Amino acid sequence: MEAYLGYFLYFLSLLTVGGIYAILALGLNVQWGFAGLFNAGIVGFVAVGAYTYALLTTAESTFHLGGFGLPLPIGMAVAMLASALVAALIGLVCIRLRSDYLAIATIGIAEIIKLIFKNETEVTNGPRGINKIPRSWEHFSEERFYSSWPMSWFGTPENWEAFFDSLPNWYWQPLFAGTIILVVFAIYKMLERARTSPWGRMMTAIRENEPASRAAGKNVTRRRIEAFVIGAAIMGLGGAFLAQHLRLIEPTNTFDPSKVTFLVWVMLIAGGSGNNRGAILGAFLIWTIWSASELMISGIIDLITAIFSTMDASILQTRAGFLRMMLIGILMQVILQRYPGGILPEVRPASPKADTKTADPTGDTK
Amino acid sequence: MWDAFGFEFVNFYLIPGLVLGCIYALGAIGITLTFGILRFANFAHGEIMMSGAYLTYTVMAIVAGAGLSLHPLVAMVPAAFMVILLFLGTDRYFYKPFRKEDTIKVVMASFGMMLIIRSAVQVIWGPNQIAFVPGIAKPNAWLQSFTGDLGAMIIMPNKHLFIFAGTVIIVIALGYLLNRTRIGKAMRAVSDSPDLAHVTGINVDKVINATWIVGGICATAAGVFLVMDTQTLETTMGFRMLLPMFAAAILGGIGKPYGAVFGGLVIGLAEELSAYPWIGDAPLLSPGYKTGVAFAIMVIMLIVRPQGLFKGRSF
Amino acid sequence: MTQPVLSLNNLKAGYGQTEILHDLSIYVNPNEIVAIIGPNGAGKSTAMKSVLGLLNIREGSVVLNGEDITDTPAQKVIEKGISYVPQTNNVFVNLSVQENLEMGAWTRPNGVEARIAEMYELFPDLAEKRNQAAGSLSGGQRQMVAMAKALMVDAKILLLDEPTAGLSPKYRGEIFSTIQKIKNTGVPILIVEQNAKQALGVSDRGYVLVDGANRHTGTGEELANDPEIARMFLGGGH
Repeated sequence: MEAYLGYFLYFLSLLTVGGIYAILALGLNVQWGFAGLFNAGIVGFVAVGAYTYALLTTAESTFHLGGFGLPLPIGMAVAMLASALVAALIGLVCIRLRSDYLAIATIGIAEIIKLIFKNETEVTNGPRGINKIPRSWEHFSEERFYSSWPMSWFGTPENWEAFFDSLPNWYWQPLFAGTIILVVFAIYKMLERARTSPWGRMMTAIRENEPASRAAGKNVTRRRIEAFVIGAAIMGLGGAFLAQHLRLIEPTNTFDPSKVTFLVWVMLIAGGSGNNRGAILGAFLIWTIWSASELMISGIIDLITAIFSTMDASILQTRAGFLRMMLIGILMQVILQRYPGGILPEVRPASPKADTKTADPTGDTK
Repeated sequence: MWDAFGFEFVNFYLIPGLVLGCIYALGAIGITLTFGILRFANFAHGEIMMSGAYLTYTVMAIVAGAGLSLHPLVAMVPAAFMVILLFLGTDRYFYKPFRKEDTIKVVMASFGMMLIIRSAVQVIWGPNQIAFVPGIAKPNAWLQSFTGDLGAMIIMPNKHLFIFAGTVIIVIALGYLLNRTRIGKAMRAVSDSPDLAHVTGINVDKVINATWIVGGICATAAGVFLVMDTQTLETTMGFRMLLPMFAAAILGGIGKPYGAVFGGLVIGLAEELSAYPWIGDAPLLSPGYKTGVAFAIMVIMLIVRPQGLFKGRSF
Repeated sequence: MTQPVLSLNNLKAGYGQTEILHDLSIYVNPNEIVAIIGPNGAGKSTAMKSVLGLLNIREGSVVLNGEDITDTPAQKVIEKGISYVPQTNNVFVNLSVQENLEMGAWTRPNGVEARIAEMYELFPDLAEKRNQAAGSLSGGQRQMVAMAKALMVDAKILLLDEPTAGLSPKYRGEIFSTIQKIKNTGVPILIVEQNAKQALGVSDRGYVLVDGANRHTGTGEELANDPEIARMFLGGGH
């Protein structure tokens, strides 16, 4: 039984982290899949969401601003808003840039955001980060929650303490995973509606043929900023969940661009950009490959060190993570070249089949 | 006057700024040439530069194993060959398949290459810092006494003199290549208009290979100069340099190698001088935000004058 | 009967799925100027690009001096002696006039100096501007650079895509007289033109292209005097 519980909890953690990545991939899908905006600074929006959530919901601390001990849903909502606000500011300035310029600009913005979190120690506790971030469902078992409104209405602190003691210590795991899956589903439903709405069709039209859309009197810039802001808000929510999952965030390792920005991109490309179901599928699939490869590689290391007893296992272990990163990078290249549409290619919302466009090689007009 | 302000300003702000500027300039040359001729922002450029430094270190270590010590500038030569092969191989297998497709595909491929190359370096050499040249670099005694006699003492270690000299030589050689040789002129022609180059019969593939070779040499030099300056090898240095190098390329105007050199020097100086106590005694900008300077300059350029100072291509 | 320098035989061609040329047949004899005229969208420029292997040829053939060059890539076509001047974007604006000419000789790297000297004789205006960036020249002078650049290979035939588009009447006349001069050096010319009357004036023969196929053929004079063609294209103020 104990062994099965271990597998069950491992499965739940796959669902949890996979779900957080699915949220991020859905956010990116709004920006890239719908609007064709190359955001290479996903990690910046995730960090804004995570830090906002952390500052608002942690208990008061001498190490950083606040914490304000606000209810968790408020923390999550403000995290979305903060991320959206940052995106709106960036959007006003950068949205008209060509794709690779936008990528450079967003990479830079993400680095600046991290720089601010690292340097403004008064607010964020700098490189040491923010600790004890409350996690949905698990937080009920913390004293500051069960001894105050609204939980205090339903029972005395002693009763609550006894209640949580009677639960297994992993009681929150299925609930937390379930909440995230529910959020993924809700975002999916909303984005599907958006995609097939006139707004979504307009986005497709803009992406396919910008000059024509402009000529037709569409406010291309505004639509793009909208997509950028909506995507960023979703990423902010993902950041809030990431903060809950980790419970400790700091600017450098938590928000490593290769593990956030890059992995999310691989997920979306693998699943199929432009396709919301593809984004979700890609997130869970790549995350499963990522975690499974960790187990596999550590198994291989055990084997190697068993055979060559002179090898230092610790060196191999520190480098194994990078080998995984490299393999994911190669996987992405293979997908880009062999399966450019991803596993679930984009399905156009009821619109006439687009002509296959071929560039005029000399660039002349007749 | 010199003692009160000049000495500190020149030796602790201006010269380090120029050194950094030279490094950015060499990196930005490759970026601007690739951007101009192949029409995409190569995100892997910083990592290629970083791997050039690691390869140079390895060449030196191997030779040291044989009991000889090799100057980095000599060890750089075989390393540059390997970097060129790395560039050509990357192009052949990862960029070329997207040549006729939307630019964004190849940008993404380069984005992926950035991770692959960095991870590969981390697997091979490990993620920790490595001392490139141990010890403290002593100032050049001759320069110190000579300028000291003139009343404006300049304290500059040999490594900085090598970096300045190396940069000047490379920039002059580049100027010769682009303005005097057939392939160099063709590079400018393709940068000007790939379509016209195609119907003029110019062998665009050959020009692209030449671009990678020139970019590879400059990137290796930039990487080696950087580790000569900091004396440590780090796997994150490529990514750290990427943004300032892009900023330099954009500042100078995409497709303009001399613009990139100028842009590199401006960005390098701006980063160092931003920490100078211009007003009062405190640094104008907290040193923690130094890396933000390049970015700020880049964003302002993109908004105000996207074609760059020297009228490069704007998109 | 002489063998044509260049012939397009029953071409069907287009971009991707769209077919633009439906049945096009054109030939150019040695020492001839041939004009293709026709309304916008008739496929005039497309006809030229099909020669250069820049688009999909479904049926038919392109023959240069008896050699089938259908679907040969642009660079090979140029090496074989077909020189092409696009309508717009036809000089390297950041390169000097001299450098433009050098680039024109990319496929024939020998004897470049001598040929550049010949070009300065043919286009005397360019000689004094040799070190100026081509982008700084006027539209007419750019057209001269573009033609000189195209003649740097010893061209077997010169293709000109609307050389006078967007030029003032003064320059138009100059371009057409230059075209005559080029012909006199022994290079046959195929020219696509909107300015039908002037083009037919210098041409030995002409084709009227409508909807991707040749509708009328005749000597320049015949076409210029044909009332139907006059009504179709020549009515405007040219």
